Amino acid sequence: MKRLDNRFKLLKENGKKALIPFITAGDPDMNTTIQLVSELEKAGADIIELGLPYSDPLADGPVLQRAASRALDKGMDTDRYLEMVAEIRKKTELPLVCLGYVNSLLQYGWDLFGKRAEEAGLDAVIIPDLPKEARFFEGHALSPLPITEIRLVAPTSGTRIKEIAENAEGFLYCIASRGVTGSRTSLSEDLQDFMSMVRGESNCPTALGFGISSPEMVAEIRDLADGFIVGSALVEKIEEDLRNGSDFSEALKFVVELRSALDQ
Amino acid sequence: MNAMVKNAMDDMVLEDRFGIFGGQYAPETLMSALMELEEELKKAYADPSFLKELDELLKQYAGRETPLYFAENLTKKLSGAKIYLKREDLNHTGSHKINNVIGQALLAKRMGKNRIIAETGAGQHGVAAATISAKMGLECDVFMGAEDIRRQAQNVYKMKILGARVHSVDAGTGTLKDATNEAIRDWIARVEDTHYIIGSVVGPHPYPVMVRNFQRVIGLEAKKQILQQEGMLPDAVVACVGGGSNAIGLFHPFIEDHTVDIVGVEAAGLGLDTGQHAAALNCGSVGVIHGMLTYLMQNKQGGIEPVHSISAGLDYPGIGPEHAYLHDSGRGRYEAVTDQESVEAFHLLTRSEGIIPALESSHALAQVIKMAPSMSQEQIIVMNLSGRGDKDIHTIMESEGKA
Repeated sequence: MKRLDNRFKLLKENGKKALIPFITAGDPDMNTTIQLVSELEKAGADIIELGLPYSDPLADGPVLQRAASRALDKGMDTDRYLEMVAEIRKKTELPLVCLGYVNSLLQYGWDLFGKRAEEAGLDAVIIPDLPKEARFFEGHALSPLPITEIRLVAPTSGTRIKEIAENAEGFLYCIASRGVTGSRTSLSEDLQDFMSMVRGESNCPTALGFGISSPEMVAEIRDLADGFIVGSALVEKIEEDLRNGSDFSEALKFVVELRSALDQ
Repeated sequence: MNAMVKNAMDDMVLEDRFGIFGGQYAPETLMSALMELEEELKKAYADPSFLKELDELLKQYAGRETPLYFAENLTKKLSGAKIYLKREDLNHTGSHKINNVIGQALLAKRMGKNRIIAETGAGQHGVAAATISAKMGLECDVFMGAEDIRRQAQNVYKMKILGARVHSVDAGTGTLKDATNEAIRDWIARVEDTHYIIGSVVGPHPYPVMVRNFQRVIGLEAKKQILQQEGMLPDAVVACVGGGSNAIGLFHPFIEDHTVDIVGVEAAGLGLDTGQHAAALNCGSVGVIHGMLTYLMQNKQGGIEPVHSISAGLDYPGIGPEHAYLHDSGRGRYEAVTDQESVEAFHLLTRSEGIIPALESSHALAQVIKMAPSMSQEQIIVMNLSGRGDKDIHTIMESEGKA
């Protein structure tokens, strides 16, 4: 939790924005992910979002579905995921955030996941299909996890924004566009209104994600949030690199471009 | 107003959980739409003009009420309990699915949403959704697994001539669960102008309770009819369960009648011990699928496992949360019937009564065939004949190596 808060504090002091690349853990295998995280850090990532691959990722578009399938086909599971995080944590103090679907966590054991995630050195978890109304399993309320739970807020959240934003910790994940994850050429026009509403309700850092696809787009909206999450557009480059056997040169070049667009 | 429909609405309680099951495990983008839907549902039920329009459409468009038919030849053949068939196959579009789409399309119009999306397995729900969209002038997109498109070519063509766009879903196993994922994704993208008509008693609240209430007309009619025809309640009500909408529609009005045995029938596919089945209650465990907490077929990681049934409409890894509750509470019992048994039942009804049942309904029938002979001739079984079998002729031909 500290790592995440400290990072945003430091960025703010330096007048900078957080670049948060998303990659799917184990795509195409564990060693590659470990290597990629370290390369992403060098390319300018402030926080890494590491997807825990799931068979039926409802909030994800085709690119991240394919990435999850590649990882699952290679035998990625929750235990291996946590081992991998621990491995990464040995080498870096970069904040690491898990994106995992609720059923993965429930079947692993909610409390057990929290405990092991903390031990492994994860800083936070994003659960895209667990709104505040659904925090029950087998008749019991799910207890708060020992790591930060990142809340999501959407342009359609309307009257829900206040309650979600008020209690946010770590950062508030602001869904930039309608729809599932995936790159888009333009973001909705009312993004500015949405973000000023969100920022009016919370002092927590904000990060925009879903549909952020290019350095140009990032440059255009850099003032709207404290951080920017880039997933599908990056994973698409990774896919390309995998196809060409080109050692993630395209993916890393892309991250460097995003970094400089944010730092302008 | 039709007394049946009125009665269905009067008892309205919008449960968001059935015991521990149900809930709203949905992405934040959808939460406001789910709440709007629940609010609209409450307003609609309190609005006599909504109830009147629903009632008129069920009567004049769907063709309700459907008969409760005494299957005399089948009864003689099995020489046990009297077998009554609730003839949902005689509805417009050939199954019970029309009951639900009429209600939801009316709600969509009230909410000012002019685009309908639907998932479909066998194609019956897709056809029903395309049908009501044609009638009400709504845009319609249907998501269907690639494997199901192959199995149900005729229904695909029907949807197209009704004006719907049919989207083939290749992800995963290319069946109903993948089509449902894709429909949910589309809804996330266009939630403001689109209403998602879920075809079964599954999904996040308020879908399970809403669809249950639109299907409850089946059981309300059946109860009135059996009391008229036999002067007594049935000893058992039997229905097939995929997601479970036809079953809950029949069962719900009988839940408080404790002498009535409630029997749901899951798809045992190639056999429960083969791993090739779709029997979530018999073989699954509790988890989250499609926005609800329920029983499902899953692996240790919580990944959803591929399932199998000869019947596309039962080929679903989860089950409606109210069935999960009836199962756990012991009020309902859930049996399983194999592909083979359902095909045999299909032929038996076709030859003995001249009624060609859907392969889904044939599962319920196979269970009736197992139960009836050991019951007395004074006892009564009411079975939901949820759909007609025209769509399955090709599958039957294939199963016999004749296609």
